[in-house]
Amino acid sequence: MLWDGVQVTLLVGVCAMALALVMGLLGAWGKLSHSRTARTAADTYTTVIRGVPELILILIVYYGTPTLIQTVLESFGHDIIIDINPFLAGFITIGFIYGAFATEVFRGAFLAIDKGQIEAARAYGMSRSLAFRRILLPQVWRFALPGLGNVWMVLIKATALISVIQLPELLRNADIAARAVRLPFTFYFAASLIYLAITIVSMLALQRAEAWANRGIRRA
Amino acid sequence: MDFDVIFSSIPALLEGAVLTIEITALSVLIGLAVSVPLALMRVSHNPALWMPVYGYIFYFRGTPLLVQIFLIYYGSGQFREALEAAGLWHFFREPYFCAVLTLTLNTAAYTAEILRGAIRAVPYGEVEAARACGMSRGLLYRRIILPKAFRLALPAYSNEVVFLFQATSLVSIITLLDLTGVARIIVARSFAVYEIYITAGIIYLIVTYGILYIFKKVEFRLSGHLREREGMDAAAPAAKAAAAQPVKPAIAIR
Repeated sequence: MLWDGVQVTLLVGVCAMALALVMGLLGAWGKLSHSRTARTAADTYTTVIRGVPELILILIVYYGTPTLIQTVLESFGHDIIIDINPFLAGFITIGFIYGAFATEVFRGAFLAIDKGQIEAARAYGMSRSLAFRRILLPQVWRFALPGLGNVWMVLIKATALISVIQLPELLRNADIAARAVRLPFTFYFAASLIYLAITIVSMLALQRAEAWANRGIRRA
Repeated sequence: MDFDVIFSSIPALLEGAVLTIEITALSVLIGLAVSVPLALMRVSHNPALWMPVYGYIFYFRGTPLLVQIFLIYYGSGQFREALEAAGLWHFFREPYFCAVLTLTLNTAAYTAEILRGAIRAVPYGEVEAARACGMSRGLLYRRIILPKAFRLALPAYSNEVVFLFQATSLVSIITLLDLTGVARIIVARSFAVYEIYITAGIIYLIVTYGILYIFKKVEFRLSGHLREREGMDAAAPAAKAAAAQPVKPAIAIR
């Protein structure tokens, strides 16, 4: 049962991380963009997300969105009851939240890349998108990986919050088991050790990934 | 949007916010007091001192806070007889006590790690100079290392306080009526789901940036010696750079 929970936790975590990466790239693009609207939108996004607790955001998305849609549809004369799938609500909210943190990581990483390289690429006649793809993107991982690894480790712990919307992930299953056999400490402790194991494995994987991203770089 | 519901629920929400701030303040203060000796043990070379602290920090930073809250609040029930025998059961029965205990243990672990980094970052020359002046170890820590480390740790610590403040929303899950708890009750009664949660979110947002503002002020005061003095030419370019770039406590990742 805990194993089923682990699978759901990891699945939510991976989906949320993928969404966070997309949101992070978009956000970083917005923050570094010349367009005022894009900058304001990206700034509002990171400010709001980082100022409001995750739990409140999950509750807004899971309980608030269906009601909002229903109210809007009702005003148009439709009467539909909408139920959001907790898995979907969970991974979208978590991905959206950690996208704000990934935004900062990517922003810093893009700024860390030598500007002269882009100028050189442009001087060779590369288009903007080609220079982004061939010069910026391959290098950005080197600067972004430590930060993104950090985001992943906080994110996987944040998935425990989705248990409040009844998604059968690790903590929720531990909760059910603990109540059934009346051994709360045993089961919560087991769950905590599994989270710890996920953290340790992630740390090791991150070290290898960093070594890969830094290949060909001379060490001081 | 139903604005009447929002206005009529603001007093109750603010009452919840008071409990939220109270729990945050208690945990932050106790956690800070606990974390200083922990950080000192962590930088010690004696394995009997640093290893247990390392394990404690690793456990509390590597597991979700919600699991820790459940472990202490519900998990203590498994040891009810032992706790009753020790006369501690009526503490662990209280969600308030369990919430503050968990948050304190959690923030102490994160703060000890921040302080460890800061103590390691104290320039070695300063330590050497103090030793050359004949300072004892105790005096060295009290006068040189700790004051410098606190200043270095401040930006990271302000993030930790903000995270802890937001994390207190989890105590609503163990039935405490903090800001989130009150919001959930009002929602259950009025069905004004997004109005109430968004209002609660805005209150959190305001307090969060209030906390950051206070830390910014404190940082400004503590960095007086790094700023250029009024009416003086910039003698030290380093000081000028430090003044031009005030340390920004932007919220980073814990």
